[in-house]
Amino acid sequence: MSDKGYLLKESDLLPLSIGAALLGTGGGGNPYVGMLRARELIRKGASVRVLPLDALPDDAWVGEVGGIGAPVVGVEKIEEGGECFRAMRAVEDAAGVKMSALISAEIGGSNSLEPVIAAAYAGLPVIDGDGMGRAFPEVQMTTFFIYGAKAAPAAIADEKGNVVVFKEVFDMFWLETFARSVSINMGGGAGLAIAPMAMEFVRRTAVPGTVSQALSIGHTVLDARAKRQNVVERVCRDTGATVFFTGKITDVRREVSKGFAAGHAHLSGVGDWAGSEARIAIQNENLVLWVDGVPVIMVPDLIVNLELDTGEPITTEMLRYGQRVAVIGLPVHELLKTPRALEIVGPHAFGYPELTYVPLKSAV
Amino acid sequence: MIRIGIDVGGTNTDAVVMEGTQVLAGVKAPTSPDVMTGVVEALQAVLAASKLDASAIDVVMIGTTHFTNAVVQRRDLAKTAAVRLGLPATASLPPMVDWPEDLRETIGNHGYLAHGGNEFDGRVISPLDEAELLGIAADIKAKGINTIAITSVFSPVSNEFEKQAGEIFAKALPGVHITLSSDIGRIGLLERENAAIMNACLRDLSKLVIEAFRKAITETGIKGKFFLTQNDGTLMEAAFAEQFPVLTFASGPTNSMRGAAFLSGVAEAIVVDIGGTTSDVGSLHKGFPRQATVAVEVGGVRTNFRMPDVFSIGLGGGSLVVETDKGIKVGPQSVGYRIVTEALIFGGKTLTTSDVIVASGRADLGDKSKVAHLTADFIDRTQARIMSMLEDCVERSRLSPEPLPVIVVGGGSILVNGPIGGLEVVKPNHFAVANAVGAAIAQVSGEVDRVYSLAEMGREAALDDAKARATDAAVAAGALRSSIEIVDVEDVPLAYLPGNATRIRVKAVGELHVG
Repeated sequence: MSDKGYLLKESDLLPLSIGAALLGTGGGGNPYVGMLRARELIRKGASVRVLPLDALPDDAWVGEVGGIGAPVVGVEKIEEGGECFRAMRAVEDAAGVKMSALISAEIGGSNSLEPVIAAAYAGLPVIDGDGMGRAFPEVQMTTFFIYGAKAAPAAIADEKGNVVVFKEVFDMFWLETFARSVSINMGGGAGLAIAPMAMEFVRRTAVPGTVSQALSIGHTVLDARAKRQNVVERVCRDTGATVFFTGKITDVRREVSKGFAAGHAHLSGVGDWAGSEARIAIQNENLVLWVDGVPVIMVPDLIVNLELDTGEPITTEMLRYGQRVAVIGLPVHELLKTPRALEIVGPHAFGYPELTYVPLKSAV
Repeated sequence: MIRIGIDVGGTNTDAVVMEGTQVLAGVKAPTSPDVMTGVVEALQAVLAASKLDASAIDVVMIGTTHFTNAVVQRRDLAKTAAVRLGLPATASLPPMVDWPEDLRETIGNHGYLAHGGNEFDGRVISPLDEAELLGIAADIKAKGINTIAITSVFSPVSNEFEKQAGEIFAKALPGVHITLSSDIGRIGLLERENAAIMNACLRDLSKLVIEAFRKAITETGIKGKFFLTQNDGTLMEAAFAEQFPVLTFASGPTNSMRGAAFLSGVAEAIVVDIGGTTSDVGSLHKGFPRQATVAVEVGGVRTNFRMPDVFSIGLGGGSLVVETDKGIKVGPQSVGYRIVTEALIFGGKTLTTSDVIVASGRADLGDKSKVAHLTADFIDRTQARIMSMLEDCVERSRLSPEPLPVIVVGGGSILVNGPIGGLEVVKPNHFAVANAVGAAIAQVSGEVDRVYSLAEMGREAALDDAKARATDAAVAAGALRSSIEIVDVEDVPLAYLPGNATRIRVKAVGELHVG
């Protein structure tokens, strides 16, 4: 096995989960349970190496795995443990290949840790990168699918031993449809593995370095807390994020729309934004931020709500009246800003035909 | 209705007698190591101060930090079996996996995984296996454990498996204490299980403590019912509290904040409760404490209780004052309840914050001559340090730039002089016993947290069902049905689930029904 990259230590898991929660942009599911599961495996002797994108040869096979289901199920029906691993093995059997490494579909939220857990079961490394650089609500919204990954064979596994293989699937949208309905039959939570990808393809299409990015954000947050520094300021200084609004939540309106938890949060400005009003559109993740009616950040760029005092990322499900938040923005990776990517993950794809994507400027 | 509110803290036991909205009398007595003596003394003192006969008291309401402290200090906790129903699900994380090791060891780390559990929509994950449970029962018996916490996956949706398993254990192990997670917590398996296990390990202690309270009340000649306050500031009957001691967690801060709002008549404010060892700071909204939105830890264990968002610092009337090379250091060490013997003004040898305040002439306590040696400069620097500590935590609790008043309560209130961080300070009458007042004005609540399929019954019908269940729960807890109000409704649509699955939480609150 390659000795490039680095071994994940037990002490990396908490910062990794904190960084992943922040990159979840309000969604992606809580990584706490995944952090504990990975910790149990590492404590029992598993070792997982994080490999840079240039570590493996072009023809090595890489498997993408992740949990699929409802966040509320994730905190109640905790995994048996081997769901993603069994799905990955089923894909290997169906495709007739052996994986050399695993990669995350989405670094934001709980799916940051699923490949680590499956890799611990399989004795494989994980690749330092992912398919989103954040969290998105659907299977097809990865750079892998956007840039032509095959939709089949894919497989989904539950805790009971059921494994369903999708042998032929017309495209990634059908995969989302089928996998979603099977995951609900499986109790609203399951492990999904998609078709093997050649390392050469992953090198071109993965959002690079996101495992290390999540780790570094988590270390920054923990260090700022330990030194009693302002966490929001430290996160911005160290990660290139910018504060776009600070305010108090005055209203949260939610509705169900096509199975998604959609809605709006309204904020009234404090500090430098006193006198201003803001609104955030939510669909699992934070999608658009308007300040005084002007859209200032929009999907796919990252909009993250941090609790003003503690710097704790607030998920969209936890948004409540009275919370004081800093809304920070991070530019998404260039791979998600191409016309082809914006068709799948731009404002139009999320139901905002009136918005034209304007890329967020990086912090000065 | 004449009632007594008591707050048993780590340092003081406070008591008030109230009739309607009037505080007839309030006293403070030191907390005794055996609980009972201190409560009896407080009861007798407050009755004497009110000039009422014990027979006039209709009801006694007690708030206690005893159970929280037992967990925090890892003492008087029983060896506990934690049985989880859900295999093959949940196998990746055994019970107590995220507990601090010392606490897990204290209660024995006896976790068991068994079959059972439900899906979010009520389907069965796997059937209950009686033979498997009897095997676990035999192991529990062999280990001499007499208290069990049972947690089944999605038991807030269906608690049948927990009930059935409870019956199996009760039959196999006569006399064993059974705690069902569905009686305590909400959705969130680990947090609910944690609460159930903590409850289970407190069952032996709760029997002793509730019995001590009962004896203390009887000894004073009071014939009225008695209740304990829980974390949301509402009441539970003593017999119920004996089964669910974990529900008293955080009732102390809630009581003092509710009491502060009541006594001052201010509903929007920051409350600073200064005790002997710590100060708790939180904010009031509409007279109720603002609740924490993140998981609350008790003794290092995550729970999903709705607790007041309170920030504590080690500053109280008994805090040690030490001159260091970096300036004056106040707390977090404290003489606690030993202030009456250890502080300089009471003839002791330890310099405390109370000594400095007496030396400054702002309070008249003990023997002032014992602190005559403190210089004006030292006194000024100590007071400045105290005020800056308070400013920091008041600033943390502010929700807006609007200048809210700061209500200062608790026995250590003498530490505060003038505005805190430019905010007006209110010290209401009876400020020293605000927490006992909070106990005395407590109401009765009922709560539900369930997942509904809105495709099947519609949103209105689902909300009505949840409200009816919460109301029934409040009546069962002792509320007067006609007085019940629905105080909290939250419906969160659940992403990715069919049938418009929505999680609905409803809380109903009513006046205590005595009769």
